[in-house]
Amino acid sequence: MTWIAVLATSGGCYALKALGWSVPARWLRAERLQRAAALLPLALLAALVVVQALGSGRSLSIDARSAGLAAAGVAVLRRAPFVVVVLVAAATAALVRAL
Amino acid sequence: MPPAPSPTRSRVLRDAVAIGLAVGAYGLSFGAAAVTAGLSTLQACVLSLVAFTGASQFALVGVLGAGGSAAAGVAGSLLLGSRNTLYGVRLSSLLGLHGPKRYLAAQVTIDETTAMGTAAPPEVRGVAFWATAVSVYGFWNLSTLLGALGAGAVDTSALGLDAAVGAAFLALLAPQIHNRVGLRVALGGALLAAAAIPLTPAGLPVLIAGLAVLPAVLRR
Repeated sequence: MTWIAVLATSGGCYALKALGWSVPARWLRAERLQRAAALLPLALLAALVVVQALGSGRSLSIDARSAGLAAAGVAVLRRAPFVVVVLVAAATAALVRAL
Repeated sequence: MPPAPSPTRSRVLRDAVAIGLAVGAYGLSFGAAAVTAGLSTLQACVLSLVAFTGASQFALVGVLGAGGSAAAGVAGSLLLGSRNTLYGVRLSSLLGLHGPKRYLAAQVTIDETTAMGTAAPPEVRGVAFWATAVSVYGFWNLSTLLGALGAGAVDTSALGLDAAVGAAFLALLAPQIHNRVGLRVALGGALLAAAAIPLTPAGLPVLIAGLAVLPAVLRR
């Protein structure tokens, strides 16, 4: 049963990616589609930030991960390199949990 | 003559390695979470090798681990993975690949490679996409294996690794916000996701957040 789920997810996820690359080129000229595809990652990445930092099952919670994200936000505003942003978040969350 | 190494190119390569390392931390927790949820090490590795899209993989093991059905797990996972279709549309217009290369590029079309490929200046776009792909694919699969083997040995929560994931998405998002429209779309997506978390099953809030692009797209 687990194998069926693993294989369906694996095949399905690849098919979804390949579909995007297989859409005929003429479909891409639509200006609105171009704009949607350019802006969509912004909306989805912002949502992923919220889900990762505040989501806890089906409720919102402020916890060590939120503290880590806040610290990461400061690092981003100070234009810290990517790996520093990530390490600051992990260290902050670990510190909050240790307190 | 091979192109001379430029400061932009080396910065892109450095960022690609950094993203791979950050994803590696996430991969450790995926491998551990998968085995904790009852998957075998091989099943965890097949997901990382073939599905290769973190949020979908987490969604599947999250549902299975919580006792959800295989169908619910797969559905949530595919809903989350559908954003990669739109990334593919975007990347295919930017990178303009042909033949079998398209299907290789499709396999590595995920949040991180799209963020790097779309954010890079045009002259290093291809380098940014492929270097990130190699780095993330390598670190993600290696760390999945290590995480699955070491499940239980490492306390990912005590190390704060779960917080690293949200921070990584934030660090990918920030440089892509170039103007007010981008900022509005990002804030709209964040608010829609926060509103949807209590109301919808895992996986849907991220998709619902996609609606935040509508005002900017429909405006004339």
